[in-house]
Order: sequence, then structure tokens, then C-alpha cells
Amino acid sequence: MDKKDIVIKVCSGTGSLSAGGKDVLEAFRSLAASTGTQAEFRDRCTAHQVGCRGFCSRDVLVDVIINGEKITYELIKPDMVPRIFEEHILQGDPVDEWMAGEQHREFHAAQTKIVLSHCGEMDPESLDAYLASGGYEAAHQAFVRMTPGEIIEEIKRSALRGRGGAGFPTGLKWEFAGRMRSKEKYVVCNGNESDPGAFADRCIIEGDPHSVIEGMMICARAIGAERGYIYVRDSYALAVKRLGLALRQCREHGFLGSNVFDSGFDLDIRLYPAPGAFICGEATALMKSIEGKRAMPSPRMWRTAEKGLWGRPTVINNVETLANVPRILGRGAEWFAGVGTENSGGTKVFSLTGKVKNTGLVEIPMGVTLREVIYGIGGGMVEDRAFKGIQLGGPTGGCLSEAFLDSRVDYESLALAGTIMGSGGMVVLDETSCIVDTARFFLDITQAESCGKCTPCRLGLRRMFEILQRITNGHGRNGDIELLEDLGSHIRATSLCGFGMTAPNPVLTTIRYFRDEYAVHIKDRKCPALVCKNLLTYSCIQENCTGCGLCKKVCPSDAIRGTRKKSHKIDQDLCVKCGSCFDACKFDAVLRE
Amino acid sequence: MVTLNIDGQDITVDRSYTLLDAVREMGITIPTLCHHPDLSLFGGCRLCLVEGSGMRRPAASCVTPVQEGMVVQSSTPYLERLRKTNVELLLSDHPNDCMLCERAGNCKLQELAYYYGLREHRFEGDRRIYSRKDNNPFLQREMEKCVMCGQCVRICDEIQGVGAIDFAYKGLWTKVTPPFERDLDCEFCGQCVGVCPTGALTGRIWAGKGRQKFREVDTVCSYCGCGCILTLAVKKNQIARIYSRKDTINEGMLCAKGRFAYEFVNSPERLTRPLIRTAPKKDWQLNDSGRYAQVKPERSSTNSSGVFREVSWEEALDHIAFRIKEIKDVHGADAIGGLASARCTNEENYLFQKFMRAAVGTNNVDHCARY
Repeated sequence: MDKKDIVIKVCSGTGSLSAGGKDVLEAFRSLAASTGTQAEFRDRCTAHQVGCRGFCSRDVLVDVIINGEKITYELIKPDMVPRIFEEHILQGDPVDEWMAGEQHREFHAAQTKIVLSHCGEMDPESLDAYLASGGYEAAHQAFVRMTPGEIIEEIKRSALRGRGGAGFPTGLKWEFAGRMRSKEKYVVCNGNESDPGAFADRCIIEGDPHSVIEGMMICARAIGAERGYIYVRDSYALAVKRLGLALRQCREHGFLGSNVFDSGFDLDIRLYPAPGAFICGEATALMKSIEGKRAMPSPRMWRTAEKGLWGRPTVINNVETLANVPRILGRGAEWFAGVGTENSGGTKVFSLTGKVKNTGLVEIPMGVTLREVIYGIGGGMVEDRAFKGIQLGGPTGGCLSEAFLDSRVDYESLALAGTIMGSGGMVVLDETSCIVDTARFFLDITQAESCGKCTPCRLGLRRMFEILQRITNGHGRNGDIELLEDLGSHIRATSLCGFGMTAPNPVLTTIRYFRDEYAVHIKDRKCPALVCKNLLTYSCIQENCTGCGLCKKVCPSDAIRGTRKKSHKIDQDLCVKCGSCFDACKFDAVLRE
Repeated sequence: MVTLNIDGQDITVDRSYTLLDAVREMGITIPTLCHHPDLSLFGGCRLCLVEGSGMRRPAASCVTPVQEGMVVQSSTPYLERLRKTNVELLLSDHPNDCMLCERAGNCKLQELAYYYGLREHRFEGDRRIYSRKDNNPFLQREMEKCVMCGQCVRICDEIQGVGAIDFAYKGLWTKVTPPFERDLDCEFCGQCVGVCPTGALTGRIWAGKGRQKFREVDTVCSYCGCGCILTLAVKKNQIARIYSRKDTINEGMLCAKGRFAYEFVNSPERLTRPLIRTAPKKDWQLNDSGRYAQVKPERSSTNSSGVFREVSWEEALDHIAFRIKEIKDVHGADAIGGLASARCTNEENYLFQKFMRAAVGTNNVDHCARY
């Protein structure tokens, strides 16, 4: 056999592990050992785990790289491994039918991977792998060769803005904290990602924990902090585990502790597993939580960069923001600023979900249009149904209509449209999604997650949710739309923290762009998308009905009457709207409207 | 110093002021529920909103520091609408049982509802209903009436240093409660009762004693030497409740005794005249050496404290003088000890120890507050 290098990379993010990624990796390893390949090639044949590469709907993804030639397989199960090993690795003949196809290329083609560049390429649990890819060089440079002022200047020139949602310029924040004179300063990494459907921070930590730590080290050096906290949700078990491991490796190698890189500078970073409430992600609530108090936002009388954790200057940055930092120092601020728009440099990671063909984690340069994301990376709508709307920025974001498909994805354009960048959730809705029900769904989350401190958020969101519930249950009243608008703008104007200020967004934007759909729900008691159960009616189309009686058999409430071979009737008073007859009928004789 | 303009008038205040301080200094009323001058800033009720130049949205004045050149409006139709909606929201989650509420007439929420003319509100929906009752002896806690101002939580933590209660749960179901919803088991100082703006926290012994038209009598607490000023709310010549005013030496704060321990005043069991024991306790007898000693009761005694006779002060004092002399002659002065009360004044306690040392001739004198 020729001399060759064999590298097998098995995706090991949370999504992949639940699809059996660990078994796939084990299968490769045991085959390599049992066939003697391992013995023959020694360290030139490796099989290792890598972080999430984004395309989670096609897990388990496996890269087989022979002499630099990469073949990607998708939807791999452990029992498929022997054939790949036999045909591809031993005989050099790739298994065509399992190879990732057009969809995979389409998904990755339009993306620009900066933050996610290590995810899917590198073993997240190995410090050596990170060092081999140039890891901790930026931190070394920051500690040994650069002054704090130079670092801050570099970050400012990169036009990096906070990826947590609000988009505050990162360099400016560091400058505020750096300017403060204080014996103690803190750097905090906010990893309390709690939006349903958002998993960007999670994947970054799971796939590349060292980048986050390196970003924190650079930040600590820039502002003069000697203590850092990584605040990450306890329920992100794999992320907590890998971060803990990475921190241990750093301490063992002297990257953390006293006299980092012989610079005379001390730094310790600790992991703080968060209790997991949505509001813990709000900066002031997060600090209260680290201080050991109940996570309730405080009024912002000072910047946290000036008076934060325990009253000391504190920089709180999002996971993604910090993971960008080593890249900026490594490749230069100009390169980074060149990737994005004028006001915001770099890329943003989005969690693309909903009714698009390709779902998963996508990284796009700032300023790309929504159309490019949905129809390019996303591959278009499922079953080519019509696009209806897109919910951006999680449950406190807004829902945009088709008219905004060509608007650009950056902080200013999104704010103009009435939504936020938020945590980077993108939920695509099509004609089978009910707008009112979607708004109700998001309000259900936010009203339950309100910390209860301020009146408009605690009670106002609850009342909005109850009105929406009433509308989707068919009890909507005239004036409900106006009441929702009034209450929504009231909460936005009077709430204490950013959560309350943005929480009515789903309702306000959907009323703004889809007012008719609300009106139909209230006036006609109909749900055009056929989602709101209580607004549906089932009736029998006499011409189509053959009187087979199947619907009668499946009806749980005996609401269907009729004799055999004659058309049936549905008693609306008894019907519980379960839809069993609709599903059972073979002659399209049940009308759902 | 900072100069700013509020409602068209210039005012110069200290740099440490908040907008609320400045507005109030000008004599302008602005509603608040959660603000307390002695406690940390909260900013939760969102009633003290103001509008101003350079503000993107209305700001809560209690948590906005003053800045040079600010132009602020404390009351505009828009602000009044926002305040009214907030009160409406609070009422939509309130039992509205003012008829039976202990705080009616002295309730900030009721006052706000009256001010904004709110008999009804626009919202229908869930209301907090708690069936579980707290069995502590002093405080009546009706958490349905709580407006989440957090003053009780803060005064307990920041002033009393106890931290017996805190917020629990989220959303509508947020609740101020002792840990794990247990019965309140603290020092019962009742500071939380003192700051509660609604009827959520009241004294158990207040119930049914009247809630308005009190005759207020200022007095000094007789329990210890601190000298807290009490205000007795008197109705039908009986104390209905006790509180303390803000402008007193104790700044309106009281402890459990000062606030709740007043039932003795009108108690029928209260001693009003001196008593002399006419027969010793049955299980105590004079032994051969002339000392009283406890003996094993042969049969169950019916009156263990002996039999008392009501006497005049003259007779009582004569009896005391006679017995002290007698004991001193037989057993010496150190057989006598004196225990004074913290409820006496300093002067009385001074005289008592002087009496013990000079007249009786012993140093055996002590004071109940040592224990």
C-alpha cells in the first residue's frame, strides 16, 4: 500500500451525538485498530471528533481526508462505517451513494466562516490541535508585544460589535472599562443563550472552547482585568464539560494563572454554570446572578464597563463576540472590517430553522440580504410553498414580511424594520404557519420568563398573551388589535430592562405587517393558515363522499352521522376538531376551513 | 451642584440627586410605589416616569441621576396615560376587596386608583390566588395584594440585616416569600409591614380593630432604653395598632416588641395594684435552718403560685422593707439580690442599684437586658 495520510473527522456536537456520532467514531477507531491500518500508518491515520459544522439536519457528518482530498459523508450510522472503511480507506474508492450532495455544497457555499472556522475541523477537546492551528498566538501577542491601548485600537478599527443582540461597539466598551481606575476589574463571557431555536453560542463553545478563552484573555489584557467568569447555562452539559476541560488545559500550560506568558500579568478565568433563566442573559441580571443574588435586572444608572460586578468595572461580552477577537488580532482589523458592512465588521452566526429546506447553523457576512440566506443557504422553502414571514432575533425579536426579503442583515437595517439581531435566531414561516399563533407562541415564552420586577413586563406581557390566546381560541373581540398595540407600545416605553423593551416585538411587528390576518381571526373567526384549532370547521363535501363510513369509525366524539353508501354529515356541536376524519378520508370529501 | 429645568423651572441640586429627589424638592408630587429613601434603588413600579430632552423613552425618575442642563417634564398627557395603564395593570391582578382590607384608606394603590378614576380596567385574565396561609403569630401575609415593590425584601435585607424573604418564581407568579414557601420564621420586627404600600402585609392583631379615624398618641416605647417614638393609633380608648413616624429619633423603624407587643395595655389580666402572697407556694417550705426549700409535692398542688392578697402601696412597701431587714439580719445582705427591668428609665435603674448597694448593702444587682 502507498504511503498516505488518513484523517477521519466525525462531527461531535450535541446534535450529532444524539444522532449516534459517538458510536460512529468508535466504529472507525476500532476498525482502524482491528484491520491493522492503525499499526501500519501510526500517527498518519487518525480518527477524531470535531465540533458542529452547522448542517445538523444531516448528522452524522463524516469527513474522510486522504492525502488532503476531502470526501464528506452524511447521515452516517455505525453500521455504514465498515463499508466506508473497506471501500474508501482501504481501496481508495469513495462510496458515492452516501456522499454529501448538492444540498451540502449549497448550504456551505454562501457562508463565510470566521467564528465557525474551527468548528468541524478541529478536535475541541485537544489543546494541541488548537495550538497547531495558530491558537493562543494572538493572546501571546497581546500579552507580550502589544499595549492595552493598541489592542483596543485594533478592535475599534475592526468595527466589531456585540453579538449578543444590542450591537454595542466592542472596542468602545473595552475603552470605557480600560479607562477606569480600579484595583479589580472583571471580564465576563455571556453564554446564557436561552432563546428557543438558537444554538450559535452553544455550538461555538462545544466546537471551539479555546477561542472563547483566548478572546477573554485578550480582553482581560486590554482592560487590565485579573479575573474572568464564563457564565454558561448549566443545561448545556457538553459545553460546560468542554469549557471546564479547556480551562484545565490552559492552567496546566500556564496560559492562565500567575505570570501569563512571562508578562508579569495574572489572570484566572472561572466557569460559572448558570441556573438557566432567560433573564440571566441580561447584563445586570447576569452580574447579580454571579454575585449570588436573584437574577433581576437593575436600572442602568452606570455603564457596566464603569460599575459592574461587585461595583467594579466589568466587560460583558457574548460568546460569539469573544470568539471573534483572536481572529481579529491574528489576521488584522482591516481584513475583519472588510468582511462586513461599514458600521459592523465581520460575520454573524444565525440559527436557521423553520420551513426552509436546509436548517442549521449558518455564518454570513454582515449585510447579506435575507433572500440570499433563505433561498441560497436555506435552499428555499420546504415543498416550495410560499414564503410568509421570518422571525428574527428569538422570542423578543420581530417578524418581517416578504417585503423585507431584500433588506440587509445588519443592526441598522433590522432596527429600522422593527426587529433586532438578538441571539441570531431565524425562524422561517410559510403559508402553513399562522401569524397570530406564532406571536402567541413567543409571548407565551416571554410572559413566563419575565423576572417579575417591573409592572409593565410582569403584568403587561401576561395580558397580551391572554388576549392572543383569546383570539386564537375564537373569542377575539373588536378592539383587541388596538388594545394589543396600545399595551405593546406601553410595555416598550416603560419597561425597566431590554427584555421588556423588546418582548412585545413579535406582536407589534406582526400587527404591523400582517394586520389582516389578525382581523380575519377576530371578525370572521377563521384561521387562514388552518393552524388555530378552535377556529377550524370540518364539513362533508357531499359530491365527493362515497359513504364508506371510515370517518364515522375514527371520529372520537361520534359527531359524524350517515348511513352506508350515502353521504355523511358532521355535527358541528359535537365536533371536537381533532382532524381525524380529514386525515382518514380517502376521497377528499372532508373540507377543512 | 447641577442646574436643571423641571416643568419650566430651574433648580440647582447636589450632583448625587436623582431626578425624583429634585422633582420632590420642588414640591411637585409624583407617584411612586417602590421607592423608599432609605433603601437601595429599585425602579420596578414604573410610575415615577418623566420625559425629557435627550431621552429616547420615558425614564423612571427614581433611578435617573440628575445631569447639568437637563430639561424634564414630570407630567404630560402621555406620561399620565402611561402611569394610568400601569395602575390598571396592577389592578387587573388585585383582589380589589377594599371593603374588607385592613389598609383601606391608607393604601397607596387605592389612592392611585382613586386619582386615575379607575373603577374598571381593560384587561381580563388570570389573577394570583394563593390558598396557602402563613401560620406565623404576628404577620398577616396576603400575597394576592402584593404589587412587587420589593420594599419588604429590601428593608429586611438592607436595614434589618435578616433576609428572611425574597422573590421567588417568574412572570405573573413572582412572589415574595420565605425560603421554600415555609411559614415566616424571623424576628418579626414587622419592618416589612411598616413599608408595605398595600394590604399585602399587615399585623395579625390589627384585624377588626378599625382602620381609619384613629386618635393618634405619640409616646416613647417603654420596652428598652433605645427610646423609640411610637404613635399609638387609638380607637374607642383602645390601641388599634402601633406605628412610628418617619421624623422620629428612630426614623420610623420599630422592633417586634414596639410594634406588636401592646396587647397587655388593655388586658384584663394586667396587674393594676400590688399583691402580697399570703401563703407560700405549697411545694416550698421553711426548713430547720430557716430557709425556704423546695419539697417534693405529696399531692398535686392546685395553686402553685400561692395565694395573693390585694393591698395598698403603703402596706406593700412596708412589707418589703420589713422582709428585707429581716433577711438581712438573719442571713446577711448578700442573701439578697435585685433584678431590675429594661422597661424602667435610666434614672429608675440608677436609683435601684443605688438602693441595693447603699441601703441593702449588696452588689447583687442585675438587669434583664443582660440576657
